[in-house]
Amino acid sequence: MRMYCRQIFLALALLVSFTGQVLAAQDADNLKALTSQLIAANYAEKEQLAGQIAALDDERVLPILSALLEGELFYKKDDEQILIVKGDAINNAFSGDAVDVPGKRDKKKIGVNNSLRGELRSLIARAQINSRKESVRLDAAANLLKNSADVELTLVNEALAKETSSDVKDILSLVRGLILLKSEDQAERITALELLDGSLYPEVRASLNQFISGFSEEEIKTRKTEYTAATKSLASIETLVEMNGYIENLYFGLALGAVLLLAAIGLAITFGVMGVINMAHGEMIMLGAYTTYVVQQLMPDHTGLSLVVSIPAAFLVAGAVGVAIERGVIRHLYGRPLETLLATFGISLILQQAVRSVFSPLNREVATPDWMAGTFMLNPALELTWNRLYIIIFSLLVLATLALVLKRTLFGLQMRAVTMNRPMASSMGIRTGWVDALTFGLGSGIAGIAGVALSQLTNVGPNLGQAYIIDSFMVVVFGGVGNLWGTLVAAMSLGVANKIFEPIAGAVLAKILVLVFIILFIQKRPRGLFALKGRAVENG
Amino acid sequence: MKTFGKNSLSKAGKVLAMTALAAGVSLANAADTIKVGVLHSLSGTMAISETTLKDTVLMMVEEQNKKGGLLGKKLEPVVVDPASNWPLFAEKTRELLEKDKVDVIFGCWTSVSRKSVLPVIEELNGLMFYPVQYEGEESSYNVFYTGAAPNQQAIPAVDYLMNEVGVKRWVLAGTDYVYPRTTNKILESYLKSKGVAEKDIMINYTPFGHSDWQTIVSDIKKFGGAGVKTAVVSTINGDANVPFYKELANQGVSAEDIPVVAFSVGEEELSGFDTKPLVGHLAAWNYFMSADSKENDEFIKAWHEFTKSEDRVTNDPMEATYIGFEMWAKAVEKAGTTDVAKVEAAMIGIEVPNLTGGMAKMNKNHHLSKPVLIGEIQEDGQFDIVWETDGVVPGDAWTDFLPESKNLISDWTAPVSCGNYNVVTKTCGGAVATE
Repeated sequence: MRMYCRQIFLALALLVSFTGQVLAAQDADNLKALTSQLIAANYAEKEQLAGQIAALDDERVLPILSALLEGELFYKKDDEQILIVKGDAINNAFSGDAVDVPGKRDKKKIGVNNSLRGELRSLIARAQINSRKESVRLDAAANLLKNSADVELTLVNEALAKETSSDVKDILSLVRGLILLKSEDQAERITALELLDGSLYPEVRASLNQFISGFSEEEIKTRKTEYTAATKSLASIETLVEMNGYIENLYFGLALGAVLLLAAIGLAITFGVMGVINMAHGEMIMLGAYTTYVVQQLMPDHTGLSLVVSIPAAFLVAGAVGVAIERGVIRHLYGRPLETLLATFGISLILQQAVRSVFSPLNREVATPDWMAGTFMLNPALELTWNRLYIIIFSLLVLATLALVLKRTLFGLQMRAVTMNRPMASSMGIRTGWVDALTFGLGSGIAGIAGVALSQLTNVGPNLGQAYIIDSFMVVVFGGVGNLWGTLVAAMSLGVANKIFEPIAGAVLAKILVLVFIILFIQKRPRGLFALKGRAVENG
Repeated sequence: MKTFGKNSLSKAGKVLAMTALAAGVSLANAADTIKVGVLHSLSGTMAISETTLKDTVLMMVEEQNKKGGLLGKKLEPVVVDPASNWPLFAEKTRELLEKDKVDVIFGCWTSVSRKSVLPVIEELNGLMFYPVQYEGEESSYNVFYTGAAPNQQAIPAVDYLMNEVGVKRWVLAGTDYVYPRTTNKILESYLKSKGVAEKDIMINYTPFGHSDWQTIVSDIKKFGGAGVKTAVVSTINGDANVPFYKELANQGVSAEDIPVVAFSVGEEELSGFDTKPLVGHLAAWNYFMSADSKENDEFIKAWHEFTKSEDRVTNDPMEATYIGFEMWAKAVEKAGTTDVAKVEAAMIGIEVPNLTGGMAKMNKNHHLSKPVLIGEIQEDGQFDIVWETDGVVPGDAWTDFLPESKNLISDWTAPVSCGNYNVVTKTCGGAVATE
């Protein structure tokens, strides 16, 4: 009956322009009524309502559905007015007028759960597949691919017919393939198999798997062409996925190596070059991470910029604390490694408890800028995470800068002179005391920089440093004390080794295996991968 | 430097005298107060979670004192710091019971700390309230368990995913220690009893504080890519959660594809997260701060006033502490004394309001009957309650889904009076079952 009315209305609308307005007005009323029903509906009813809303012809449908998806659709508690809340701006969902809602508890969000979110995404994707912007269409097509089970073939065919971008076309034809694969008609199924052949999307693999497992013994014989085509293309997909898996694992290993490298570079200076067993090294990393948190609190609207500002800030904060520790405690203990170990361990406890008292024992929230989130897609089976990629690059940059400082600056020269032969350096007029302090400060400062990077990966809390101290010592000892190059090779090889063991042995055993390997290695080569030669070694 | 010695000596003398005086005063008070021991770590790894519970007990004590205390006496909190050090928990318990002579202890978080306290509290016949969800398989005469047993958290969560979300493949991911191992053992056997095949269950353990989740998340992604609805049941503990969820978000695993239901992630843990990428992931608890009830509004208001901060969140172990404290106060009034045997007898059957509405009841097995809720994480770090059990669920000390405990029950009333009574052989095996 309603369809019939609509058709009449449509026919009339072609003739008389104002009838169109009537129709629009009717849809607008429906939109209001349906949206208001969302307030009291349960999740199953909400899914139906969302479907009905999406079918309406009104330009406000899309903003309302998107707001619902993003959790921005609210209602006012007293008059049940529907609101769209974006940050501090509160507007009526229908008129767009600003609405004044005084108290925090005067409005309530219209709840969404996972299955409703999925439904909304697919509804929005269906509307957006005709969008003028290519990037929007690409997202929409990807969403359709995920929800291909409830997409109509005609919608895909129409979109394919007018699509100009080849990227979107590729995905849409996969959606078409997934739909056709379920068809009753054999010819259509074979077209589907051709369309899907060689695609690495997990949805395609899953569908092919299900398609093959749906064959009975008898059907394998009667529908032989289909079966062999499907198994063949699945097998070739599996091989490709497996190869990509190896590359992915290597990347994971390098990323873990980069984290180890960052954590260990600072220690390579304080322990490697100066010979101080610095148990407070982890807390320098922690200070760097907390500096990031504080900087981010100071500039809350610039997440990305605050991260950049944090790098020098963390270097200065951790470096200054490092200099203070060296001048206050460690310089009295040179040549007494056991006392140094105990004193720095004490300092690490003091710093942890200080942070607990100042910032509370709870973890602090450090936001991740958008450009660091998400993945970089090489192909559908191989996606590399941006944050890890940045951290690999960043760790190499830090190492290169440090190497430059040591090799090319006056301070670097003095530092090397002091570590090689202290009395000689001193008699040449180098103030060895200050060189020690600055060297320790440099090592601590670099640990602080590591903290900035780690704040993007793990929690910023008082225990942050503890998690990395053992790993740091492991890397420095394995790489050869006093050798930056060794630190790099050690970190990367430990990272990759860990990731090779992990899929086979599990995370717990992988860690143990790596430790056992290092112990055996140190037995064989007590000075690590790249041992320093010459006087520095004998002087310890 | 020389003068320092003399001055500081005389100063130290003064301080000593003052302390002695103060101690004298508190000794004089001690006779007419009821002492409440607080055994929560204030330093070390567990401080992050346990400090809040110490504050909750202090708040409850303050409120009780405003109402005039108990049995005409004021309550006096005795706070000790076991510093996340498990053997120290036993020592501090001994100190509380022998030196401070406390009448009740509220404390512990991790199961290993509770196991460390158990022999001491049983030897000295103390009374303890344990407010955290745990793996079950225990029932001591001297302990009341106000957190959830596995059948009050893990099993309803799995039921929800299976029946409401239609999950067919399961990843059981946990930190490598007693609670996740036991819970996963129970869940695995439960899932198999529901007809889930071995190949559809993936079990994964990681060390404490694990921070590199790349491989595991990528494995979960592959496991979930089989075209059947997959969910992760997470017993990942503490600090390891943040990097886990971050990696999930980074590798593009959303809650709509593969939802994660967690048993150790509550409002407090979320306050250290950037929650945007977590929206839609689930948690199962007996309490959420977002619960709509008069008691909850009052509790949150009192908490904000006590901590002098509008930003502090409330969570499930806090509610368990609240229920435990209210029950103990009621039982003491009913018994007319703080004597352990009389309070224990009075405790059984006592009811106090849940913060989520309805009543919590203490059962004969020292576990509570309370409702189970499933919440989805929202962008503001709160949970939206998407499902709850029809009525209250009685806590089961001994799970029915493990062969070694399916015949065991706990009943501390006569004639059984036993923590692990075997209903088949009709024998009592002592406080803890021998496996």
